[in-house]
Amino acid sequence: MADVVTPLPIVPVVPRELEREPLVANKRSIGWISDAIAGVAEAKTPLWWWYAFIPSATLLVTMTCMIAYLVSAGTGVWGLSHPVMWGWAIINFVWWIGIGHAGTLISAILFLLRQKWRTGVNRAAEAMTIFAVMCAGIYPLIHVGRVWLGWWLFPIPLSQGIWPQFRSPLMWDVFAVSTYFTVSLLFWYMGLVPDLAVMRDRAKTKIRKFLYGLFALGWTGSNRHWSNYEKAYLILAGLSTPLVLSVHSIVSLDFSVSQLPGWHTTIFPPYFVAGAVFSGFGMVLTLLIPLRSMLKLEDLITHRHVDLMCKVTLATGTIVGYAYAMEVFIAWYSGNPYERYAFWNRAFGPYGWGYWIMISCNVITPQLFWVKAIRRNLIVVWILSIFVNIGMWFERFVIVMSLHRDFLPSNWGTYGPTWVDILTYVGTFGLFFTFFLLFIRFLPIIAIAEVKAITPQADPHHPLGGAKPGGHH
Amino acid sequence: MAAPGKPIATSRPYGILAEFDNPAATMHAAEKVRDAGYRRWDVFSPYPVHGMDSAMGLKNSKVGWFSFTGGVLGYTTGMLMIWFLNAVDYPIIVGGKPMFSPFGAFPPSYELTILFGSFGALLGMLFLNRLPRLHHPLLKHGRFAQATHDRFYVVIETTDPKYSESETRRLLESAGSAHIELVEE
Repeated sequence: MADVVTPLPIVPVVPRELEREPLVANKRSIGWISDAIAGVAEAKTPLWWWYAFIPSATLLVTMTCMIAYLVSAGTGVWGLSHPVMWGWAIINFVWWIGIGHAGTLISAILFLLRQKWRTGVNRAAEAMTIFAVMCAGIYPLIHVGRVWLGWWLFPIPLSQGIWPQFRSPLMWDVFAVSTYFTVSLLFWYMGLVPDLAVMRDRAKTKIRKFLYGLFALGWTGSNRHWSNYEKAYLILAGLSTPLVLSVHSIVSLDFSVSQLPGWHTTIFPPYFVAGAVFSGFGMVLTLLIPLRSMLKLEDLITHRHVDLMCKVTLATGTIVGYAYAMEVFIAWYSGNPYERYAFWNRAFGPYGWGYWIMISCNVITPQLFWVKAIRRNLIVVWILSIFVNIGMWFERFVIVMSLHRDFLPSNWGTYGPTWVDILTYVGTFGLFFTFFLLFIRFLPIIAIAEVKAITPQADPHHPLGGAKPGGHH
Repeated sequence: MAAPGKPIATSRPYGILAEFDNPAATMHAAEKVRDAGYRRWDVFSPYPVHGMDSAMGLKNSKVGWFSFTGGVLGYTTGMLMIWFLNAVDYPIIVGGKPMFSPFGAFPPSYELTILFGSFGALLGMLFLNRLPRLHHPLLKHGRFAQATHDRFYVVIETTDPKYSESETRRLLESAGSAHIELVEE
């Protein structure tokens, strides 16, 4: 009987219509992956990079000037006034920090869920997180008015003996945002170490070899090291997951712990987290769709990656839409006249246009991603991703504008930004894009080692990885 | 891959290096070296190869303990700090709230748990790997630069008690290495 036994195939035969698109297109080799990704940072600076960098750097200078003006003149240069004492500063803070959440979702949550496609986009998304949190972090620092006393937020012994007051959600926010920034940076850097070693081993000039070598910390690719490294990576992913969920929850507590109609709701933490991931994926799509073609990385960031990111946008956008509906329902169901009025005023009051921009961008736009033809059309996806960014800015605008009409009509008022508000916000894009462009120029923008590890030829149990059919591996 | 335990003469080579061009062959070689009873040896690959830990006979990484210690330290620091600052050292009545409540102190303590736990994971990983180490005999070796590109290496150190130039070389040859050479210290 033994002579009729044929060895079992290692890879089960999948019918063609059920086959998945590979995550690295065109059957690229492991070496090709290094060449393509490291090649971006090694090539001559392309002209388009300068066309993007110079305006970004100019905007960064603008932001710096606006902050200098704010610090020297005081917060009166902003449009803040009674009753809207929280204006563009908090809107922009929440908007930027929300954008960061997609990076952590991709790097941590999708890692725990074994979503291999994350490797194509996680490095750039994590970089986006770090730069977005930097933009966000500026606002709490400068909005305090006397910026030079910003360190009072931290529990540092002072001569008058007073301490920060930890019963306020604003103090929780200090800890949440600074932890978020630090842990995101640690996670990003740890992921970079093996790739910096790739850059070091490919470096042609002494200075590049020295600098990449310094930051690669002497990484050799030893399996004893990989073993500890992978465990540390898993733990960081496991810690970043509750972290990212807590950060936007705590940001939402800044609002919901108050007793104002429209803010004092229990739905805020989960709804803010979903909104943050939604806006973050919008920004990831906005950044990566042009980058993949400009940097010739279409084989590594494929249509399938874009398709999957559209699906996450659809899922989180639907949660956001549900949250909007539930907020309105609860406002009505509560029977509280102030709560009911706050929501009526959001939709039909003087700032109702903001509410309808929010609804059209955040509720209608993502629903288009049900259609495969739309998910596969990069230009349409890119335009829709811009709508997501706009919509999520208006969501925070709508929430903050609830302040303009509270319990007493004699207390009502209106709010508008000043030119300083506007230029500071525009300037944060300068900060964001300056850092992002420098990142593209000098660091591997896709996780080289991680992408290699998900190819079939990297798997010792796959025929392409050298496994023999019928062998015990 | 720790530093050699006792000083050795500079003329002595660091180890014997065998190159492989696919992960399956490397894994088989690692199993052979493990079964032959070598202790001071390692596999080098451009990415973490799944199953290589058991092929090498490595135990579960201890990084988790560093992270756990960090996390416990972070949570305790947060709770004790807030209690001391707001309830002992300078109590102020705010909005009729208790001077200390574990619920109000929880969010910052939770964040500190994650912060210290993350530092524990990263620093624990670096400590266990004895990194940063900016000088290594293999990093001077020209061909070894391919270890971060698309090649796989098995390196057996000369300090291994079982090391013998001819025997070890024969073992690696029988594992099917395409290229074997001595690496200078």
